[in-house]
Amino acid sequence: MKILVCISKVPDTTAKIAFSNPTTYDENGVTFIINPYDEWYALVRALELKETLGGTVVAASEGGADYEPIIRKALAIGADEGVRIDAPESDAFAVATELAQYAKDNAFDLILCGKETIQYNGGVVPGMMAEMLGLPYVFGASKLELKDNKVVLEREIATGIEVFESSLPMVVSAAKGMAEQRIPNMRGIMAARTKPLAVVPSCGAAAATAVQQFEMPPAKSGCKMIPADQAGSLIQLLHEEAKVI
Amino acid sequence: MKTLVFVENHNGKATKAGLEAASYAIAMHAGNAAEITAVIFGEIQGDAGLGEVGVSNAINITGQHNSQSITDKIQSLVDQHNIQLLVCSHDNAGKEIAPRIAIRSGASLISGATQMASVGNGVVVKRNVFSGKAIAEVASKNNKVVLTVLPNSFGVKKTGGSCAMSADSAAGNDQVKLVEVKGNHDDAGIPLPEADIVVSGGRGMKGPEHWSPIEELAKELGAATACSRPVSDIGWRPHHEHVGQTGIAIRPNLYIAVGISGAIQHLAGVNGSKVIVVINKDAEAPFFKAADYGIVGDAFEVLPQIIAAAKTFNANK
Repeated sequence: MKILVCISKVPDTTAKIAFSNPTTYDENGVTFIINPYDEWYALVRALELKETLGGTVVAASEGGADYEPIIRKALAIGADEGVRIDAPESDAFAVATELAQYAKDNAFDLILCGKETIQYNGGVVPGMMAEMLGLPYVFGASKLELKDNKVVLEREIATGIEVFESSLPMVVSAAKGMAEQRIPNMRGIMAARTKPLAVVPSCGAAAATAVQQFEMPPAKSGCKMIPADQAGSLIQLLHEEAKVI
Repeated sequence: MKTLVFVENHNGKATKAGLEAASYAIAMHAGNAAEITAVIFGEIQGDAGLGEVGVSNAINITGQHNSQSITDKIQSLVDQHNIQLLVCSHDNAGKEIAPRIAIRSGASLISGATQMASVGNGVVVKRNVFSGKAIAEVASKNNKVVLTVLPNSFGVKKTGGSCAMSADSAAGNDQVKLVEVKGNHDDAGIPLPEADIVVSGGRGMKGPEHWSPIEELAKELGAATACSRPVSDIGWRPHHEHVGQTGIAIRPNLYIAVGISGAIQHLAGVNGSKVIVVINKDAEAPFFKAADYGIVGDAFEVLPQIIAAAKTFNANK
């Protein structure tokens, strides 16, 4: 089984969000991590499948040399090979085009991604890849099993759980529940240093959208405190002042 | 701008998120519904609720479909009607279909719009980035555009009217199919992502056996229930209730957080809420900084007072 896991580099979940100019995120003092959905759910599930069925897990990312530490982290967690597609960070369309081109050239049985990045929150790269590769796709699966050469997937929805069956190869984006986070151990970290990390040239994809500017959300006007012994007055405030009930 | 709206079907009716996408498309055209055609797949009841939001023209495609066969059919409609803009919800179905259509038709895809788009030289729209901690203004580069609308950000606008529905068919695709829906969640409850009001509990609730005040307040307010990550991780509440960076992100009108300190990862899942109420016994809890109303006190003393006031409020409504 040959599995491709697409990973993305994002600011740590506690990082301060600021912009050095209207279109540039201020990376000063920011620690970058593998996007949690990619790492905790997609990568770990890929490793679990490899451990039971055998095969190879390739962790691939599109970005500059500054992406290599997160690809090494994926290798430390257990991926066999790392791939960096050498192109600058871009929009979903360009990223999907680059990753799909790599996937096309290397024939994978299963392509796993996180359901979205915590940086752009788009969640459309895997769907674009599926379309470019002509493959079936399920967004946001919380469970993935292989049964008789078929993929059985579950997705949590508001009223229950949807169960899907799909042929292979396919693209899946992973949500909470698919696997549990793994912390790399010392042996994994040592092994990661000698695992292959290939740099693949870009296919030259151009973005289909452009960020014109970033801005901060409007600040809250402050918190109105209600004494605990008058807690019941909250209902009246929510009705008359906030007008939400 | 000739526009097609993809509306998802749930038990014969348009979903709330689907109606919201339709309302959004109509508002983009300043109420000129003639530019807009809605498409809904599967068996429907009446006009599926589309007329009420001002859709005047819709196509119902019968039969069982997955995202691939829906894409095939939508693409043929795009070609046939010279569609320039496809609008759908940024929900599960939209996140499978919108990227496919964007690739198939060579359109720019802008996902998760939170505000009204402006149409000029292409489409420009604001969307949340960094899990709601910032906003980006994004512009399309191609002539054709696919736009997904973040649920609960624009709202359903009921303008009234009638919708002419035409029936059509399309070939299916069975590479991936929905084989079962296990309705194990509380069917009587309000789906969390669609809820206007959410009451949420954290570790401060001290254990799953103490959840009845949360549930009772939710019932009085017609709210859905949610929880913080530690609470779902230790199994006090089901995973699907977990809101936050790695769970689900919600944007209700009112979010009431009880016994949740407000870690940055939790805030990332709820910072789109219009009004936030925080109840916590620790006056230093960081959540108060993001709140509109705060009560410092023991949840088990505070909640009964609020429940009693809600009961009185409901009785006098």
